[in-house]
Amino acid sequence: MTTLDSSKEIQKNNSEVNETHEDFRMFGLITFLIADGMTFAGFFAAYLTYKAVNPLPDGAIYELELPIPTLNTILLLVSSATFHKAGKALLKDKNSDSQKWLFFTAFLGIIFLICQLFEYFHLPFGLTDNLFASTFYALTGFHGLHVTLGTLMILIIAWQSRINGGRLTSHNMFPLEAVELYWHFVDGIWVVLFIILYLL
Amino acid sequence: MTISIDPQETNNESLQPKGWLRYFSFSLDHKVIGIQYLVCGFLFYLIGGTLASAIRIELASPMSDFMPRDVYNQVLTLHGTIMIFLWIVPVVNGAFGNYLIPFYVGARDMAFPRLNAVAFWLIPPSGLMLVASYFVEGAAQAGWTAYPPLSITTPQSGQIIWILSVLLLGGSSIFGGINFIATIIKLRRPGLKLMQLPMYCWAMLGTSLLVVLSTPVLAGTLILLSFDIIANTGFFNPVLGGNVVVYQHLFWFYSHPAVYIMVLPAFGLVSEILPVHARKPLFGYTTMVFSIMGIVVLGLVVWAHHMFTSGTPPWMRLFFTIATAFIAVPTGIKFFNWVATLWGGKISINSAMLFSCGFIINFVFGGITGVALAQVPFDIHVHDTYFVVAHFHYIVYGGTVFIIFSSIYHWFPKVTGKMLNEKLGILHFIITFIGFNLCFAPQHWLGLNGMPRRVAEYDPQFQFVNQISSLGALLMAISTIPFLINVFLSVRNGKNAGDNPWNALTPEWLTSSPPPVENWEGEAPLVEEPYGYGKEISEKK
Amino acid sequence: MLDKNIYLILIISLVFAISFWIGFNVNLLPAEASINAPIYDELFKILFITGLIIFIGMTIAVIYSLFKFRKRNDQIGDGIALEGNLSLEIVWTIIPSIIVLLIGLYSYNIYDRMGGMKELNHNHEMMSSNSEKIWAGISQTSDNEIAINNLSIEVSAMQFAFLFNYPKGNFISGELHVPVDQKVSMKMESKDVIHAFWVPEFRIKQDIIPGQPTILNFTPTKVGKYPIICAELCGPYHGGMRASIIVEEESDYNEWFNKNKKPEVNL
Ligand code: HEM
Ligand SMILES: [Cu+2]
Ligand SMILES: [Cu+2]
Repeated sequence: MTTLDSSKEIQKNNSEVNETHEDFRMFGLITFLIADGMTFAGFFAAYLTYKAVNPLPDGAIYELELPIPTLNTILLLVSSATFHKAGKALLKDKNSDSQKWLFFTAFLGIIFLICQLFEYFHLPFGLTDNLFASTFYALTGFHGLHVTLGTLMILIIAWQSRINGGRLTSHNMFPLEAVELYWHFVDGIWVVLFIILYLL
Repeated sequence: MTISIDPQETNNESLQPKGWLRYFSFSLDHKVIGIQYLVCGFLFYLIGGTLASAIRIELASPMSDFMPRDVYNQVLTLHGTIMIFLWIVPVVNGAFGNYLIPFYVGARDMAFPRLNAVAFWLIPPSGLMLVASYFVEGAAQAGWTAYPPLSITTPQSGQIIWILSVLLLGGSSIFGGINFIATIIKLRRPGLKLMQLPMYCWAMLGTSLLVVLSTPVLAGTLILLSFDIIANTGFFNPVLGGNVVVYQHLFWFYSHPAVYIMVLPAFGLVSEILPVHARKPLFGYTTMVFSIMGIVVLGLVVWAHHMFTSGTPPWMRLFFTIATAFIAVPTGIKFFNWVATLWGGKISINSAMLFSCGFIINFVFGGITGVALAQVPFDIHVHDTYFVVAHFHYIVYGGTVFIIFSSIYHWFPKVTGKMLNEKLGILHFIITFIGFNLCFAPQHWLGLNGMPRRVAEYDPQFQFVNQISSLGALLMAISTIPFLINVFLSVRNGKNAGDNPWNALTPEWLTSSPPPVENWEGEAPLVEEPYGYGKEISEKK
Repeated sequence: MLDKNIYLILIISLVFAISFWIGFNVNLLPAEASINAPIYDELFKILFITGLIIFIGMTIAVIYSLFKFRKRNDQIGDGIALEGNLSLEIVWTIIPSIIVLLIGLYSYNIYDRMGGMKELNHNHEMMSSNSEKIWAGISQTSDNEIAINNLSIEVSAMQFAFLFNYPKGNFISGELHVPVDQKVSMKMESKDVIHAFWVPEFRIKQDIIPGQPTILNFTPTKVGKYPIICAELCGPYHGGMRASIIVEEESDYNEWFNKNKKPEVNL
């Protein structure tokens, strides 16, 4: 994320002309998330096409159990809320509260990943069994990768929000806001994925 | 006026290498990065051109006798991939975009300079990796389109390296796109309105939107393809129940917009060059902006015209015919507007102008064959033949590459402070124009009469026409010589250009040539009429 | 002023005349040997002439401007400060839209006449597994032409050859023989990678896709031997992947057919 930080320096650097600009790092991040969303869109499109036109071999299993993914959906939705709390706390300069909420959010992310792995190990099909299985693992795996990255970033900003010497303060909210937006995005993707993959 | 410079950054600045060495450094200066893109792209152009010459030598005779057949397929794959991903896209977006956009919006650098440098430095390693794959176990040999199942069954290492390198280049292109969008939308100098921006900004905005919306889909697709190759999944492998046509849809969802990623910036550049040398305002600014946005929107919904003979049902064939044909309308508007820009001007006939006019003529030709190709019944006969090869070379070479040269002649004085030699420039234009048309015009006939593309051997009845085409290719290869000599001589002891040799009004000319590190000594000028030629007031300014 | 208009009209008519002349007199296409071919060539002619008019017109406009409005040595200053002309721009939005629309409608008509919009069905008595999905192709059937006397052939493509299976005669041939003036119906499938079946003289092409059968129907109209060309990159010997289609009189065809026919194997 150094790339994002640097724009701040350049802004200072660029004399008064640029100083009148609002912070555009968020804008860059949103553009990036749109791009990332298109990757998922491509995967979803492929999945739906396969579903429509490629019949699975006889006896293929494509029914999924619902309890774990439902739990996961709830976990992620709650984690979005706790992240929001962390932001609110930081804004009020309650750094340690903020840090607690962040750790809790990361904890939920980790639980999500554990549940996901648990589901993987108990599924009746493997990666190469059939088209449905492959697309299932590709989609959930790619999403899981996003959750993993997100969790790591949450842990980093949680560390940054420590009271003494942390860089994250109510004057420097950007890292938190950026990760928060990313996290909401990953949640949103999960909801779409849950509907398309498990419910449809 | 005080310029507050972050002390830390200044220190960094002094640590940065000076002189030509900075072109090999992780520089954050958009001008340095622009030149890095251009020179790096040009080196890959020379490699891709060498490969093209090898192809044309092979095709000078109907037998496959110049190189082994699998090597031929590797050469053809590398040629396509290098020309698209390492020459056209980086140069027409990265090079000119980085150099010009900050000037045009009145900024001192791009929005995210570090991201910018990362985007550039992804290119040389992935390009070298791609070229090196040839020496490992042979490069990919499934064409730049990498259609499965061929790409799954050909030797794996080459194909995997190809995928990796295209993924990295795609990433570079996405980073660049994000940067351009943020710079154009967010970094504009106060008081500068969107509708006052030079046309190249609009073109880059449109292009970057396409990059951001479509490149990720290619990335996803190639990741799935690599799973098919190494993890034995069956997304696109019919043996395992996969569907090869899905790959084609996903691939062309990126690669049709990619053709506009290659040509929209050229549209922007020619809109900058023509008014300057014709001494006239750009004709129809507003319609130009709308037609760019029209092309962006339509460009996203026409991809299946590359699949008319594939597994495409009739209704789909019909929809994509209509959508594709309608792209000709906004494209046509731009061409009429350019001719109207020339009309009634005081045109200096110089290399930049000649290459731009060559572009108009060539592109009109390629656009017309494009509209023909969009008609399903027409395309069914000529799809995957030399007719298509001719079509897209008229667009990509006759269009974009001509504009790259035109732009080099136009902005060389800006970048170096020296003029290029006009005589050599015009010689360069003449050889290129003749060579290009000699090479590609006959290929239309070849395609119509039964020569498929991507073949190393063909029916002997086509030999004569193929030899004409190869002769044209030879001329094209020769045409780079006067160009290289020109650049070399002019950099060393070209005529001094002064700050604004063309008396141009766009912002990049309102500073010294070459420009200082932060673009302007003082405040960035507010250019409300970048095309205000022929107006008394703007003359005086 | 009147002068100028007369010149303009003169030039435009000249461009039209030249384009029509070239369109009607320069033949860029191979022989016409199927029902599709003359239909295709009609479309080609229209597109060619329209394209020529636009191309020649634009080229003349560019070269003329370069010549007429070039900067003379003694000139200084700029050209006229003309920033646009809305009505002109509307004109050159609407006229191309109309042209494109007309071309689109016309090519729809052509495609329909080629049989492109027909239901894709393969009249195959022997293998009528209904569940099989046909993916694409051109189904050149006219309604009164029912599947009694048409010829059903199964094409399989592989690296780097075509094989033609005649189910009625229970034999496989490397050469495609068909009688003239009869509808041929082919079901094509690939054994490995994507190939394409292309006969330039017939103006038809269809990809042969592994895992997804495609259909191609056509009616040859001229006796002769024509190349069948693989048009999709399929590996090192792609350029050599060719076969021949031999269109012959019905009697010759029957003779060939009977010579190759194998007795039905009774299971
Ligand atoms: C704007 C710049 C353009 C570029 C860079 C471009 C580039 C290309 C390329 C690279 C291909 C070949 C793809 C392949 O098979 O590997 C192609 C094919 C095609 N182009 Fe263009 N093109 C452009 C403009 C147009 C226009 C204006 C039209 C129509 C209005 C058009 C219609 C087509 C069609 C229909 C094909 C498919 C031909 C086939 O594969 O059978 N193109 N174009
Ligand atoms: Cu396209
Ligand atoms: Cu083949």
